[in-house]
Amino acid sequence: MQTSLGTPNFISILFFGIFVFFTLMVTYWAAKKTKTAAEYYAAGRSVTGFQNGMALSGDYMSAASFLGIAGMVSLNGYDGMIYATGWLVGWPALMFLIAEPLRNLGKFTFSDVVAFRLKNRPIRIAGAIGTIFVVLAYTIAQMVGSGSLIKLMFGIPYEVAEIVVGCVMLCYVLFGGMLATTWVQIIKACLLLFGVTILLLLGLSKFGFNPGEVYGAVQNLPAIGEKMLKPGGLVANPLDAISLGLALMLGLLGLPHILMRFFTVPDAKEARKSVAYATTFIGYFYCIIPIVGFIAAILVGKDIITKVDKGGNMAALLLAELLGGTPFMGFIAAVAFATILAVVAGLTLSAASALSHDIFVSVFRKGHASEAEQVKVARIAVIIFGVVAIGLGILFKGQNVAFMVGLAFAIAASGNFPALFMSIIWKKCSTAGAVTSILVGSLSATLLIILSPTVWVDIFHNHAAIFPLKNPAIVSLPLSFICGIIVSLMTPDKEAEQKFEDEKLRTYLGIGAE
Amino acid sequence: MAKSVHEIVNSPKFKSLVSTRWTVSFILTFLLFVVYYGYILLVGYNKEFLAQKIGVYTNYGIVLGILVIVLAWILTFIYVLWANFSYDKKVEELKKEIK
Repeated sequence: MQTSLGTPNFISILFFGIFVFFTLMVTYWAAKKTKTAAEYYAAGRSVTGFQNGMALSGDYMSAASFLGIAGMVSLNGYDGMIYATGWLVGWPALMFLIAEPLRNLGKFTFSDVVAFRLKNRPIRIAGAIGTIFVVLAYTIAQMVGSGSLIKLMFGIPYEVAEIVVGCVMLCYVLFGGMLATTWVQIIKACLLLFGVTILLLLGLSKFGFNPGEVYGAVQNLPAIGEKMLKPGGLVANPLDAISLGLALMLGLLGLPHILMRFFTVPDAKEARKSVAYATTFIGYFYCIIPIVGFIAAILVGKDIITKVDKGGNMAALLLAELLGGTPFMGFIAAVAFATILAVVAGLTLSAASALSHDIFVSVFRKGHASEAEQVKVARIAVIIFGVVAIGLGILFKGQNVAFMVGLAFAIAASGNFPALFMSIIWKKCSTAGAVTSILVGSLSATLLIILSPTVWVDIFHNHAAIFPLKNPAIVSLPLSFICGIIVSLMTPDKEAEQKFEDEKLRTYLGIGAE
Repeated sequence: MAKSVHEIVNSPKFKSLVSTRWTVSFILTFLLFVVYYGYILLVGYNKEFLAQKIGVYTNYGIVLGILVIVLAWILTFIYVLWANFSYDKKVEELKKEIK
């Protein structure tokens, strides 16, 4: 099969241009409505549960999960399905443990919630550190991944791709703030779900719309058929799989750019609806992606998929080209590019909010800054982080950064989640305890990943890894809780304990929520 | 007659609201863990079972993988039903007492 992937493709560029044009119009509309801090960080709390559910799904269904999992299934079969399952299970946990109290207690960022009854300064600084660690790792992974994807899809040089992504993304965030990024995510989520559904239906039509036939055809593939429907090496070490599962499940509850979206809805009930809708869309997505991957394995074939990209990331696009010609591939490629843009925009806004809302306004200015000033500082922080993102993307060119998403989730699970959860439900959680938890969690997760096979052996070329597991969550997460609990018990904070009782009206009934 | 914050927070009604909420949450979270990690352990320790066919071409592995996602969604749905009908009602009642 001849593919036009890798050469600049008129249809793709046209679709992409339409998307960028349309979303910049949305940004212009949003910019006119964005004057106050509440509007810049939280879209003026004007987003409904359903819209937020779509935005959350959009933020979460990144190019990595779409192209990456489809590719993984097309090459490795069943292992890709196991991976896909893990990506969904964090959402129910988010609903049960965090979503509503988070919305009731916080204002713009998750540090607001942790700092609610504890001493502001230390918590804000620790929370900002936790946020920036996670967001940096996630952003580097997205920027590097996107650079290579865009180069593969359009044939544009890597550095140019990075700058284009950076600049368009900065437009959304700088001018339109959260309102713009929310609507960009919603648009993108609709396009992604629509595009993948069409891809699925076109593919299934070749098998009589019977997934069973797909699995049958997979088994008949020469050489690899038998292995494709069985688990392979992904869960070779169950301890590793459990650790990864913990990171994916509870890491979601500590991802700053996801948690930030909960403040865009008016109240806790809408927050609840957001998660319900998001779980539905994301669940649907991860159910159908593996089938798309299997169909690609049959119709396109492993050889062509790996020839275009060793990692298999182009499987979905090649399938789109096969089934719908260059126009359809162009559409899917544009959607993938849009996906990258939207996710990086969300990450940038959350990093900027840590710098401006948590550090500058809450720590330096002790909460006193005019609306206009808050928005101005936020915008400066956005530019700083945007430039840093572009720079890091170019710096890390060609590096194996797949581990960085795992790192981001591990730090989120170990650094951010324990402190957030403890501060909500445990009366005796003290300032020192929360800070310790954040720092111990973040640092231990980072250190253990550096000592793990993916970095110590694959990147630093040492002989054997010092820490045997690829994902540190099973160690760093409990460690963070234990340290937080011990330190809290050693340094009781009477004032915080008293406030815990008073704040219950707000936590559970939503009275006084902002 | 309006009650003080202290009175409400210590009232039996409020305390039962809080404890019910966390009981429901922890039970559902526990079930989620059982479903997901049960699946992972099955994949790790009993690959033969997953390779067994159910139907003409599909095997248990594929069915269970999808089932985990569906069950996770069902647990979410259960929480939303409980919260919308039971929890919200109690919240409204308590809010009236404050006014």
